[in-house]
Amino acid sequence: MALEFTCLDLNLYLDTHPEDYRALSDFNQCAQQLAQAKKEYESLYGPLLNYGQSPSPNAWRWVEDPWPWETIF
Amino acid sequence: MNGVISLWVYEKKLQYPVRVNGPNPWLAKMILTQYGEPDGELAASLKYLTQRYTMPLSQAKALLTDIGTEELAHMEIIAALVYNLIKDASLEEIKRAGLDGYFTDHDRALYFVNASGAPWTAAYIQSKGDPITDLYENMAAEEKARSTYEYLIQLSDDPDVTDTLKFLREREIVHFQRFGEALKLTYDYLERKKYFY
Repeated sequence: MALEFTCLDLNLYLDTHPEDYRALSDFNQCAQQLAQAKKEYESLYGPLLNYGQSPSPNAWRWVEDPWPWETIF
Repeated sequence: MNGVISLWVYEKKLQYPVRVNGPNPWLAKMILTQYGEPDGELAASLKYLTQRYTMPLSQAKALLTDIGTEELAHMEIIAALVYNLIKDASLEEIKRAGLDGYFTDHDRALYFVNASGAPWTAAYIQSKGDPITDLYENMAAEEKARSTYEYLIQLSDDPDVTDTLKFLREREIVHFQRFGEALKLTYDYLERKKYFY
């Protein structure tokens, strides 16, 4: 969640500062870490994304509860 | 890949955690305003995604795409808050909270209304075609949404809900800042254009 937020905020910043290469390098580093974290999350809890953007080996886990609004942290 | 594929992808998680300390239909009724008011999350999302087509600058198109998408994530946070605040509320609590009219029409379902019960309408979508006009509109909208979050934070009697509201309030400030930058880029671009054409 923290990594994703960092990437998102850097993304918005880069939209209006596309020539800031320091921010770009931060963004790419963050994106790499995020991809790794998501892979680990998905292997534990099932696919995060629909439409074939996340794999679902062995079983169709997209239909598993809980949905985001049902998770009370 | 053949043809044009334009789609949104749903990610099965919230952007920020939602925690509530038990049923609180009164607070749900107040927070629901960010679902259904003119500067709530739905109106913001649809407005930004719609304004993209008449933006001359690529940076502004990107920004509207990205903020418009983030607003949908905020809509889901608001929905998760309201859902969790009313799902276990008794009819007695619902009546005391003044949500009996809402309950009559929607039970405990989510519906787009403001805190006073006025339903959402497409008239809330500001899309003027002039990029300067639209970007000023968005800056004002972000400030209005920030004000509403501040009023909600003042009203909230659930510290966990307040925490989520504070996150959403901060996002309005960041969006305001980014729209201000997009406005400046657009002004510069329109100025330059005068020399070239």
